[in-house]
Amino acid sequence: MTITAENLAIGYRDRLVGSDLSISLREGESLALLGPNGGGKTTLLKTLLGLLPPRAGEIMLNGRPLSAISVRERARLVGYVPQVHIGTFAFSVETVVLMGRTAYGSLFSRPGAKDIAVAREMLERLGIIHLAERSYTEISGGERQLALLARALAQEPRFVVLDEPTASLDFGNQGKVLHEIGRLTGAGLGVLFTTHDPNHALRAAHRVCLLRDGAIMTEGATSGVLTRDNLEMLYGASVIPVAEGKQVAFLPG
Amino acid sequence: MRLSAPSGIAVALALVAAGFAVAFLVGRFPVSLGDVFAVLYSKLSGAPSGVSSAAETVILNVRGPRVLAAFFVGAALSVAGAAFQGLFRNPLVSPDILGASSGAALGAVLGIYFSLGVFAIQGLAFLGGLVAVAAVYAIGSALRMRDPVLVLVLAGVVIGALLGSGVGLIKYLADPYNQLPAITFWLLGSLAATSASDLVSLVSLIAAGTFVLLLLRHRMNAMSLPEEEARALGISTGPMRIAIVAAATLVTSASVAAAGIVGWVGLVVPHIARSLTGPDFAKLLPVSALLGGSFLLFIDTIARTAASIEIPLGILTAFVGTPFFIWLLASMQKNWS
Repeated sequence: MTITAENLAIGYRDRLVGSDLSISLREGESLALLGPNGGGKTTLLKTLLGLLPPRAGEIMLNGRPLSAISVRERARLVGYVPQVHIGTFAFSVETVVLMGRTAYGSLFSRPGAKDIAVAREMLERLGIIHLAERSYTEISGGERQLALLARALAQEPRFVVLDEPTASLDFGNQGKVLHEIGRLTGAGLGVLFTTHDPNHALRAAHRVCLLRDGAIMTEGATSGVLTRDNLEMLYGASVIPVAEGKQVAFLPG
Repeated sequence: MRLSAPSGIAVALALVAAGFAVAFLVGRFPVSLGDVFAVLYSKLSGAPSGVSSAAETVILNVRGPRVLAAFFVGAALSVAGAAFQGLFRNPLVSPDILGASSGAALGAVLGIYFSLGVFAIQGLAFLGGLVAVAAVYAIGSALRMRDPVLVLVLAGVVIGALLGSGVGLIKYLADPYNQLPAITFWLLGSLAATSASDLVSLVSLIAAGTFVLLLLRHRMNAMSLPEEEARALGISTGPMRIAIVAAATLVTSASVAAAGIVGWVGLVVPHIARSLTGPDFAKLLPVSALLGGSFLLFIDTIARTAASIEIPLGILTAFVGTPFFIWLLASMQKNWS
């Protein structure tokens, strides 16, 4: 299964954010979107999720236009992990994850035994089953991020889209989330995520797409794209590469 | 205190039973619980009840309709409040956020101004509520902005203010000896005028709207998330929002038409329900309805018995609701659990 978009134009009713964007994602593959603020990362993400209509072009999900797929069916194919938020009501973590089963029930049905089993399985998988009864507003930011990821996984999707999954997390939790991304692709899911840290893309992405001023600067395998020259051009700032053996990392200059 | 769903509903049901008992028994004319059951049984079986005809009249024609109306109005306002708080992702929202009460007020006040009958006044109040919310919804959809929920709330505030000025204008023009007192009393809220014939429309409208809200309660958790998340989870948020707003508006308008403006119930009761069973709408909505019904049963009993004259309902709910809400704010500073 693949998500592909060719010559996509993205933006809002009153503002064009980007155009001529071509992007594709296969199952079992992770793609990182990198770029400065205001470059169009979030807009592209929302457009690929079908939350924002494209201004031109079409997104194809396994050869079918995304616009022809119902909201419900889409939710069973693509899971969305938004940026961590606190939320208005103090739902239990299990209730939050059960919301991921919305697309599997009818309009009026209550979550069934299967739904509860899937929700608990995902909590187990992410190592937060002990938080099931805790309220979502009381757990830490890292735990919340994992809970939102568990909710997306409870959708039993083929693709997961994460909006800055490592932002606002401490160093240890960043590593945990990146590790989970690696496990998801290992399990055959396609993963698309945005990040502000090139090192996170180095750690967890097979391919990287550099997005600047609403246009794709470069796109390709992570090791080829994430170079000092490319990053300096992308952010318009100097970058210091640090190498140890075959491992490379970048420091902001 | 967080109870499981069955025990939360058990507590709520116990309060409802207590509310009904108190509402039937307390009053100037002494009635016993046995009398109430005897009359109800004779009504069902057709056999004579053995209760004095005066007591039978009090039970069936005086207290009965009023008690039922109090329960249904309280339940309706609370379930609508809980649904709107979820939909607008804000625990400070009350069921008249979209102008249902102001629309109903203008409708009723116009009816009084033109000296129409009680039934016409109630009908106008009901229509006024529906029309006001429909107008708010139309404005909200016409102004397509990024956050449709925020636009809806702002449109509700604006239209509510406009309708409030309309009410003010009619009061200014009204005959100060007959119409103005009638308008004032109506706006303060009361169930004193409820008759058995009013009940049919009131109960059927409220039951229909509440039934729809209860049916949708398993989707309301996800509807209380930001719009885009709810859609990414597979909910067609547009139609779902219309269904919830329509059902909540139906029950609110029917309540306001029957009882006048009774504030605070729809704001406070969902909070009590949430502290009892947690925020999961699957439990919250039924518990809110039951608690709201019993709350208004108690309040209305006080309204008709505490003083030698009737105390307006809206005044009592404010007297009870305001301190309670401040206490709630103080004890829940951490989060809206």
